[in-house]
Amino acid sequence: MSDAVVSDSGVITTRALTKRFGAVTAVRAVDLEVRAGDRYGLLGPNGSGKTTLVRMLLGLVYATSGEIEVLGQRMPRHARAVLPRIGALIEEPAAYPHLSGRANLALLDAAGPGGRAARRTRRRRVGEAMEQVGLGGVDRRPVKTYSLGMRQRLGLAGALIRRPRLLVLDEPGNGLDPHGIRDLRELLIGLNEAGVTIFLSSHLMAEVEQLCTRIGVLDAGRLVLQDDLAALRAPTGRILVETPDADQAVALLDGQVERRDGGQLLVRAADAAALNARLVTAGLRVSAIGPHQRTLEEIVLAVTGTGSDHVGGSGS
Amino acid sequence: MIRVELVKLFRRPRTWISLVLTCALPFVVAVFITITHLAPPPGQGSAFLSAVLDDGELYPAAALALVLPVFLPVAVAIVAGDSIAGEAAGGTLRYLLVRPVGRTRLLVAKLVSVTAYVLLVVLAVTVTAYATGVFLLGPSRAAAVGQAPGAGGGVPGSVSGIAGAAPTAGQAAGGAVTSLSGAPLSLLQLAERTGGAIAFITVSMLGVAAIALFLSTITDSALGSAMGALAALVASEVLVTLNAATVVQPYLPTRYWLAWIDFFRQPVFWRDIQRGFGIQAVYVVVFLAAAWANFSTKDITA
Repeated sequence: MSDAVVSDSGVITTRALTKRFGAVTAVRAVDLEVRAGDRYGLLGPNGSGKTTLVRMLLGLVYATSGEIEVLGQRMPRHARAVLPRIGALIEEPAAYPHLSGRANLALLDAAGPGGRAARRTRRRRVGEAMEQVGLGGVDRRPVKTYSLGMRQRLGLAGALIRRPRLLVLDEPGNGLDPHGIRDLRELLIGLNEAGVTIFLSSHLMAEVEQLCTRIGVLDAGRLVLQDDLAALRAPTGRILVETPDADQAVALLDGQVERRDGGQLLVRAADAAALNARLVTAGLRVSAIGPHQRTLEEIVLAVTGTGSDHVGGSGS
Repeated sequence: MIRVELVKLFRRPRTWISLVLTCALPFVVAVFITITHLAPPPGQGSAFLSAVLDDGELYPAAALALVLPVFLPVAVAIVAGDSIAGEAAGGTLRYLLVRPVGRTRLLVAKLVSVTAYVLLVVLAVTVTAYATGVFLLGPSRAAAVGQAPGAGGGVPGSVSGIAGAAPTAGQAAGGAVTSLSGAPLSLLQLAERTGGAIAFITVSMLGVAAIALFLSTITDSALGSAMGALAALVASEVLVTLNAATVVQPYLPTRYWLAWIDFFRQPVFWRDIQRGFGIQAVYVVVFLAAAWANFSTKDITA
């Protein structure tokens, strides 16, 4: 095996990656950096360029300028060497509707490289992938009878049949019910622990917040933020207090309260336990207290404008 | 990849439905002719139909003439027009390409599968028409009426403009079929010439397929590319019959479509056949090159 290279080098690296469609610049000067072992979440409103970026990484859309390196090799020049080690889900899943799920996977796998060696293991790999995504029990019925969630699972199985080192998933949670989302999360975390790097794009922040270790935020084609989620969500040096006696608390803490939202106070203080003791000693009731962290939503909204599908008036 | 494309082609219901429908038309025509014994008079109607009451074995040629103007091009345009655009619209194109399947390889595989489809349809029409002809219309009765072998050449040969002395082709009359020129054809000759006609028609259809395939790389609408190819054929047909357009006629895709009929002259009249092969080869090469140039540099956004 010659692919034991990617240890500390990036799994996906882009430099000044730009794509223009006519007059529209869909992606501008993006420097993406996905490291081995990351669970990377690419966030951004609809129309911010996520899909175009994903498609450029996979060699479907050709960049106007800039460089792309995936799994240590340049794309799209070395697509033939790189792509077999990537599993991809690009926007909606797709399958031949008159064939069964297994037949679809087998056909897709047969289209790829590998010749006889791949053929020998095909049936087993297809079975395993179906099992992994929770479709192990489905019979031979054609894909056109599948529900949206089943199609999404089948698409994911398609990404897994070659046992990739990198998963590139564009909106993988689409169409899944809450169980499906949880199954997906557990599957992806399990794969990641087994050494698969995961790069996914989504506009569902809750999904990304629960799954990812690192995020990037696209806004109008620009990568406006890229950092480890833990660093972004480090305590802000404020304490969040919830109390039914908010008025008294504000009076007591005079000047330390930064924001009040009903019974919820944002207090500038270092130690939650000390603050709690102070409030309780003063006879105030505290129903919840803890260090304040920004939610992912706050982080993202702070760095992005309105989405491209937000059509405002001409303004004044 | 070629194998994958063939599997997709043959596991698709559409392939078989279009095949059955294409074979059904000549069958229905044969049934009517058998019942009524009313074939079109010589020189009118579809080629060969006037002759099939006498020569059931000539029915494959008549059947090909029946399906050539509309059925075959429509079926071919639909299959070829769907080849890339259909995958794009269905979303499977992007998954094939990241598998990865090289774009050139995909295009070649599509071409092979379309060619296989064309051959399959033409052969199926020939075989079912032969069976229909022999069973319904009866085997050749020409042996009885047919001219004596020597008389074959002179008079009818003039139809083709080449009054070349007919070779002593009309062998012993047993089971011979009469050629368009009136000279008898042995069964072996008939088979050879039918084979030539099949090859010619297949190549003509590949010309259609190349146009549809090219359009298929431009649009994501399978219907659009099929209709576009058919529109090109209709335009060509209009110009072929227009005297004012004589200048461009030799270069029109449908100009020599019927030249395969010349395979059934005695001797074979090669001029239009050669030109037909030539012009189709040009269309195939040009449009495939255009399809390749477009597809291999295209952003796949579907």
